[in-house]
Amino acid sequence: MNQAVQAAAPAAKRKPKETGVPDNKKYLHPTLLKNYGNWKYHDRPRPGVLHHVAHGGDEVWSVRAGTARQMDVYTIRKLCDIADNFAEGRVRFTIRSNIEFIVSDEKKVAPLIAELETSGFPVGGTGNSVTMIAHTQGWLHCDIPGTDASGVVKSLMDELYDEFRREEMPNRVHLSTSCCEINCGGQADIAIIVQHTKPPVINHDLVANVCERPTVVARCPVAAIRPAMVNGKPSLEIDEAKCMCCGACYPPCPPMQINDPEYSKLAIWVGGKNSNARGKPTFMKMVASGLPNNAPRWPEVADAVKNILHVYKEDARPWERIADWIDRIGWPRFFEKTGLPFTKYLIDDWRGSRANLNASTHIRF
Amino acid sequence: MAKKMHDTPNLDQLEPGPWPSFVTGLKDLAKDKNYVVDLLGQLEESYKTRKGYWKGGTVGVFGYGGGVIPRFTELKNEDGTAKFPDAAEFHTLRVMPPPGMHYDTATLRQFCDIWENHGSGLIAFHGQSGDIMFQGATTDNVQKAFDEINEMGFDLGGAGPAVRTSMSCVGAARCEQSCYDEAQTHRAVLNTFLDDIHRPSLPYKFKFKFSGCPNDCMNSVQRADMAVIGTWRDNIRTDEALAKKWFVKHGMDELVNDVVARCPTKTFQVKELKKIKSGEHISSVAVNDTHGIEINNQDCVRCMHCINVMTGALATGTDKGATVLVGGKSHLKIGGLMGTVVLPFIKLDTEENVEKLVDFAERTIEFFAENALEHERTGEMIERIGLANFLDAMEVDVDPAMVSSPRMNPYVRTDGWEDEVAKINAKKQAA
Repeated sequence: MNQAVQAAAPAAKRKPKETGVPDNKKYLHPTLLKNYGNWKYHDRPRPGVLHHVAHGGDEVWSVRAGTARQMDVYTIRKLCDIADNFAEGRVRFTIRSNIEFIVSDEKKVAPLIAELETSGFPVGGTGNSVTMIAHTQGWLHCDIPGTDASGVVKSLMDELYDEFRREEMPNRVHLSTSCCEINCGGQADIAIIVQHTKPPVINHDLVANVCERPTVVARCPVAAIRPAMVNGKPSLEIDEAKCMCCGACYPPCPPMQINDPEYSKLAIWVGGKNSNARGKPTFMKMVASGLPNNAPRWPEVADAVKNILHVYKEDARPWERIADWIDRIGWPRFFEKTGLPFTKYLIDDWRGSRANLNASTHIRF
Repeated sequence: MAKKMHDTPNLDQLEPGPWPSFVTGLKDLAKDKNYVVDLLGQLEESYKTRKGYWKGGTVGVFGYGGGVIPRFTELKNEDGTAKFPDAAEFHTLRVMPPPGMHYDTATLRQFCDIWENHGSGLIAFHGQSGDIMFQGATTDNVQKAFDEINEMGFDLGGAGPAVRTSMSCVGAARCEQSCYDEAQTHRAVLNTFLDDIHRPSLPYKFKFKFSGCPNDCMNSVQRADMAVIGTWRDNIRTDEALAKKWFVKHGMDELVNDVVARCPTKTFQVKELKKIKSGEHISSVAVNDTHGIEINNQDCVRCMHCINVMTGALATGTDKGATVLVGGKSHLKIGGLMGTVVLPFIKLDTEENVEKLVDFAERTIEFFAENALEHERTGEMIERIGLANFLDAMEVDVDPAMVSSPRMNPYVRTDGWEDEVAKINAKKQAA
């Protein structure tokens, strides 16, 4: 047989089974399946536990525990062992990477909680707690990160451990972190987001080979990038007076390095709320910037977040999310109470920004 | 036994403390895997220099154009070889979970076995788009891992300019506030677009998210191109036994300050029982022998606050469905945009009604594919062309529920006004 022909023949390739989103029915706890769409109410017997009652009288308890989100298989198997030995073999994950163990017998709740906490999984994150931080990939896996994600979260959750396990906040507090301004971490009551402070540094030797130049030019929100010949090579140049250092050019053109160990800072945003409860959903607002990207534990960021949380906890009324609280006390008092400096950079000048200016005499003195 | 660990003085500082440590998890994996020894080496370098060292590329599975996030190390020695050669390739598989992210332990254990065998052993539950992220496989192993995961009944999610993996809340499976079958709707919509998920060819990403009530636990309004948020049209339901139980525990101060005062339209009132009105649009319930709650549902915006506070005593109505909002997205390029109301109310109680949503989604994506500029999200497209033009293309009638207020400037040419009025009147007469 002709070896060369054999080598060139394509190996039989398995065609994917294009099955899409799987049905969740086979994974549901049997009591959830039985009462699907027929629940009457719920309460929270203690932090970390939800108790749901169906119209027919069936009850389930869901015990919620925090995870690192990025988990090794040993940890996942340990969670499975706990689910098999102390719960009923069915779990689910929340949008914030907490795991929930569902049991149909109240007697199982206390031993399950004890086993989780002994094994290092904090029980909490329900109701008016500070729940787990929605986060991104960071240095572990992202191709454009200004900072890490899992490390920031680990550092901060160590400090907020008690607030995760208690329900002592005025209302729930959602946190997020994002390792670039694209903000994959999303909107939150308090968000930590990279804020670059210098224009990208361009490696002109690489641009022509790596970047589709018109795409990069089109990507800039302020039209600060234009094609140019640099050292005889086709490249790109930046109008540094126009550039607001967002980093949008970096993903389509990695030679436009935006990340800098010193000049990529961290900013704090507050008051994002996706729920329609009370007021309409709100976007978060920047209230602080210039915090150092101080790996491995980011103490300045932790202090800033804890300070805002502390003031909110002392000052807000029951059911006020951070956005509701600031609506009541006003921005001047927010900055006064938190001690955060209100700088000119916090006055919006992007499109639609006049709607964010105070066009009234409504001022609290 | 794996090779010797690199020194990781920075990462070591992320092991102590009460919260579960991903570094401890990685070190456990590194005991048996050179792959993870070198991953920790590269990550430590990032912590030292505060720089990222991964670049993208092209890695996929046979038959699909997306769903794998390729990562190759950029941390090289002077001769061009990888500084941490065992972790020179660290690709991620995005896999779509069941709606509501429910699992049995057998499934999770099987994921672990596959990923221990073919990958790094690191799995994220879940990524921000809602995928199970199997993090870290070499180019050679991506196909092997996918084949086994795929045989389990799981499929890859979206990446790049594609319909992306979706999320739905726990919903009808466990929540009394659920207003439609989130899981069924999620599957019906997403599984219509498998080609657009697996073979990226849209102008940019397109995200669906499904929340069962206006609490919007999936954060759909701020990040989904199409947000399907449960709601209801009829009256809030009441339960006197649970209302009285709530009142015994919480009292008049909390009822007034936490509920009455926080009702956004002030339609929630506390009254003496004898003064409570009755009527087609009134919900009422006694909280004790003298006082009760009166809600005029015509003024209620279905915000959920009173139902959240007095769960069970108050509940969503029974004429349920969803509001569909289009165009939510994050900052880039023109700034964050919320989704805006495009379908004020649709029923989703039968397969035929869900099919109407699927049809609307298909037409939206078709229009998006044909009309959006490259790297433009639906919200940006609508901002560019105007909502009225989008509605016209979607054959959706305008509705004042779509706006916060009518226009505040005269800069519009209105010579078609009479025609529009005539069309509206003709439709009214035909109805």
